[in-house]
Amino acid sequence: MPDKLPTLQSIRKSQLLLPVTALIIMLLINVLITPSFFRISIQNGVLYGYTIDIINRSCELVIMAVGMTLVVAASRGTDISVGAVAAVAAAVCIRLLGSSYDSYAIAPVLAILICFAVSILCGAFNGFLVANLNIQPMVATLILFTAGRGIAQLISAREINGVMVPGQILYVRMESFKSIGGFLPGIVIPTPVFIAAIFVLATILILRRTALGLYIQTVGINPKAGRLVGINSTLIIFFTYVFCGFSSGVAGLIASSRIYSSDANNIGLNMELDAILAVALGGNSLGGGKFSIAGSVIGAITIQALTTSLYAMGVSADQLPVYKAIVVILIVTMQSEEFKRWRSAYRLRRQNRKGAEK
Amino acid sequence: MKNRQLFRNKLDGTNFLLFVTVALFVVMYILGLIIYNDQGFGKTQTFLNMLIDNAGLIIAASGMTVILITGGIDISIGSVIGLVCMMLAYFMQHLQMNAWMAIALVLLFGIVFGAVQGFLISYLKLQPFIITLAGMFFCRGLTAMISANQIAITDNKTFLNIANKDIYLFFGATVNKHGVKMYPFVHPGVIVALITMLTIWYICKYTKFGRNLFAVGGNETSALLMGINVRKTKFTAYVLNGFLAALAGFAFCLNTTSGFVEQARGFEMEAIASSVIGGTLLTGGVGTVIGSFFGVLIKATIETFIRCNGTLSSWWNKIVLSALLCFFIVLQSIFAIIKNNRKK
Repeated sequence: MPDKLPTLQSIRKSQLLLPVTALIIMLLINVLITPSFFRISIQNGVLYGYTIDIINRSCELVIMAVGMTLVVAASRGTDISVGAVAAVAAAVCIRLLGSSYDSYAIAPVLAILICFAVSILCGAFNGFLVANLNIQPMVATLILFTAGRGIAQLISAREINGVMVPGQILYVRMESFKSIGGFLPGIVIPTPVFIAAIFVLATILILRRTALGLYIQTVGINPKAGRLVGINSTLIIFFTYVFCGFSSGVAGLIASSRIYSSDANNIGLNMELDAILAVALGGNSLGGGKFSIAGSVIGAITIQALTTSLYAMGVSADQLPVYKAIVVILIVTMQSEEFKRWRSAYRLRRQNRKGAEK
Repeated sequence: MKNRQLFRNKLDGTNFLLFVTVALFVVMYILGLIIYNDQGFGKTQTFLNMLIDNAGLIIAASGMTVILITGGIDISIGSVIGLVCMMLAYFMQHLQMNAWMAIALVLLFGIVFGAVQGFLISYLKLQPFIITLAGMFFCRGLTAMISANQIAITDNKTFLNIANKDIYLFFGATVNKHGVKMYPFVHPGVIVALITMLTIWYICKYTKFGRNLFAVGGNETSALLMGINVRKTKFTAYVLNGFLAALAGFAFCLNTTSGFVEQARGFEMEAIASSVIGGTLLTGGVGTVIGSFFGVLIKATIETFIRCNGTLSSWWNKIVLSALLCFFIVLQSIFAIIKNNRKK
């Protein structure tokens, strides 16, 4: 009931408890390490500060996590090709734009649209394998996970002495391309934040205003039952993969604009683990069913905060996955039914012992 | 007539996939003989080089097959192999450790790592993909923690002797242009790999544990009702796989004699592809190590093709292999759909 005050019980049961607590802990640790953590100032006409940096850097992850949430909810599996798809999308966009100093090779809007189309195609490929051919999601997406970076390398080709050589880093030299991952002139807030906000809001609106959100949950909880009540579960699962591909494409575009180049090896690297972690941290069960976009968004920001503070502690980028892997294992273990059963059995045994002592 | 019926029965479903694999290998090899004969594709040594280059993969694919038969998956092996190479290099180069001691430690690590993953997957019933994905990132990060730079093994004589020992065969000699008879050779890694593969084949086919694996993978509930300890079987499979991954890392390190952060990236995919191409079903319950061996040979043939061609970029390796994996997965799933329809 809406007019009832949130009691302790309902807070404890809320799905957002885990991500919000994790975020608060992360922020507290950061404040202890760097006292100036929350200070925000304006330098060179743009906002500047640790928190702004974290929010800005987390945009790609937020977008990917939204796509991943739907995939997890509908298909009970994860899409591990998101990082590779982002790399492909970035490579396509940069290759199309060309590296001339004076003008773009084709209209930027067209390049961006083609880049989205390619990422949607990648998503459709995954979706077809999973939804239509009933292949386990992670095996199906493993194909693009490995092949994707190879494809991105082949796309990132440059003519050297008359021969197209793949595996190059291509640059876009036009200033206006940098504004996607940087700042629009005269606006103090970074552009990626706008993109991410619009993306998240639009997704939530679509899911809430239409029955799509409900369909996705139904399919995730029980695909057979979903089909019996007349939901085309194949189509729903297919759609979530297409959407996830699209979100990876948007993330790849932002990431490539940040470095105004296509680095097929590093764009979206290790992002699949981050995205899965964000979904799990958002209180969503990796077994599918009920989901919360807000939880995943908070989860994604938390993970970026974790990444940034680990960097601040002097941990190198190569070593980061160790800590994240441990966090993943801890969260997944805590969520598991078996673990909950063990815990309740332990509690029961302790109560019995107390009763016996009395 | 009876023979044909028997043949058809034998070719039903899973055996058919194995048949396709062997046929594909034979066709590819003959194609190679025709197209690249002038580059020495037909030499015995070219074939043996495929084995030498892929000794680690043969072991890893054997382990992967065991895991896939139980219906699980392990995508951490690439990172485990990278970490094992780095550990070997660090132990021998920086700590001046005895080669045998270092190898024993590394194998022990593999068993422990496999046991942790196996515990989480079989006793806590967590999704194998999530756990091994985390394991994959964990090992990769740990490799970077040991050393961010490449460590080459240059001082340890015992290890280098093992790595470079040429074991000559007694047949298939060719005469080179100086008129000297050259016998084809293999490296110790190949011997280790082949022995391991045959052992795993024996375990799967003729032991109680092996039959339990198939029962658990086929249908977990019926296996439980039959009185098989499902959890223990799965756990043991993951421990065995951890050991094999470490052994594969050792065989891999014999080829590279160095430790490097990016080493063996994407190796899990090659192992899974080899198993799947060899007729192992991803849904569990079906598979043979021999099939996986042919899967490895197909992968090696593709590599040799690309190498002989000379103009193709090495990125094509992964793309072609992924496409092949995709093809076989789709084939499997079509088989499954046909089977379901027939049941109805």
